[in-house]
Amino acid sequence: MSCFLSSSSLGRKLVMSLSGCFLVLFILFHMTMNVVAIISEDGYNAICEFLGANWYALLGTAILAFGVLVHFVYAFILTIQNRRARGNVRYEITVKEKGVDWASKNMLVLGIIIVLGLLLHLVNFWAKMQLVEILGTEPASGVELIRSTFSCPVYVVIYLVWFVALWFHLTHGVWSMFQTVGWANDTWYPRLKCIANIVATIVFLGFASVVLYFFFINL
Amino acid sequence: MNFTLKIWRQKDAKSKGGFQQYKVTDISSDTSFLEMLDILNNSLVHEGKEPVAFDHDCREGICGMCSLHINGHAHGPEQGVTTCQIYMRQFPDNSTITVEPWRSTAFPVIKDLVVNRGAYDQILQAGGYVSVRTNSVPDGNAIPIPKADADESMDAAACVGCGACAATCKNGSAMLFVAARVSSLAKLPQGRVEGIRRAKAMVAKMDELGFGNCTNTGACAAECPKKISIAHIARLNREFLSAKLKD
Repeated sequence: MSCFLSSSSLGRKLVMSLSGCFLVLFILFHMTMNVVAIISEDGYNAICEFLGANWYALLGTAILAFGVLVHFVYAFILTIQNRRARGNVRYEITVKEKGVDWASKNMLVLGIIIVLGLLLHLVNFWAKMQLVEILGTEPASGVELIRSTFSCPVYVVIYLVWFVALWFHLTHGVWSMFQTVGWANDTWYPRLKCIANIVATIVFLGFASVVLYFFFINL
Repeated sequence: MNFTLKIWRQKDAKSKGGFQQYKVTDISSDTSFLEMLDILNNSLVHEGKEPVAFDHDCREGICGMCSLHINGHAHGPEQGVTTCQIYMRQFPDNSTITVEPWRSTAFPVIKDLVVNRGAYDQILQAGGYVSVRTNSVPDGNAIPIPKADADESMDAAACVGCGACAATCKNGSAMLFVAARVSSLAKLPQGRVEGIRRAKAMVAKMDELGFGNCTNTGACAAECPKKISIAHIARLNREFLSAKLKD
């Protein structure tokens, strides 16, 4: 089984699909958690305290980091193989094929933007919350950290760009993971693409609303 | 009608190729694209020059022999047709038409616009057939096949194996071709019994020959002259994954 997941093109795609599914579920959870900060600051701080340096939170963080790493590494492996399969001589004239989404052809670029945003996010939040707690010092207050970070317009713009990249990535990724495991047909393509757009939009609006809310109340 | 043709010329598989421009004049609007290339070649031969090599055979859209990447599209700008089914009236008069061979590592250029599509034959030889003894033709009603299954099988069987899918795919993936072959047999009782072996063998051969990984862009289906749906790729994924789970 392990051999097929790395040696077969369909196996590698299955790994991308399942790791992508796991990351989508995490993102939905994270977005829901963030929205609590708008509704109740005490509630959000309680969640942050619950997800501190406890064994379950650390285990979850480790599994999550593994999921991101697998998705990222496989994306590069697939891209290198695909570029090799395409060959060095490219078409002189290229056009956009009918019905082909821009995101579907730029998943790696979007993924790199998402990973860069993730690194900034880890420095901005994770390093000041869970990491400091692991190192034995008092973590920063969750809401205060959000408030201070998004009082800076540069961070607001960078995070919004990050969320836009995530939106594009999810519009293709969500329906594509169903296709890769074979749960799709001509009847379901419009439905799956609609579901993907809805999921991507919910994620975007959830994350962006928190950033914009804390930016505007700081004005 | 008059056209300027920008055509990829390459002496042989090892030589470096490049574009050359040719003028064709007084072309009837009802001339097919391949007939226009015949006219060009006729004049090149009369001038003592090497004619442009290109693949063609039946010229009625069923053999899958013609190829050509024309103005950025596999089989030209018209959807759902092969190169031999496009006509010069579909191009603006006095326009420049860029003609390129399929670009894919698995389809190396042999000469000019001709590529070696033997890789598809090798994939078929790996499992794209029925090996059960079918004997004499049974009574038509002996094996009932639902109409929907027969239709789906027939839609997949429309694949002519021209290579436009892999040539269009940014990943050089042959998934639509393999999926069409697997799907057309998997939906019929005679082919169903060997479904597991077929899916595994054809995917393994496809990977071995250096085709890329499908990333579900759908470009293959958009450019397919037979409009094969990517739903067949979903079926291939199902067939293959369930086969692997049974290992």
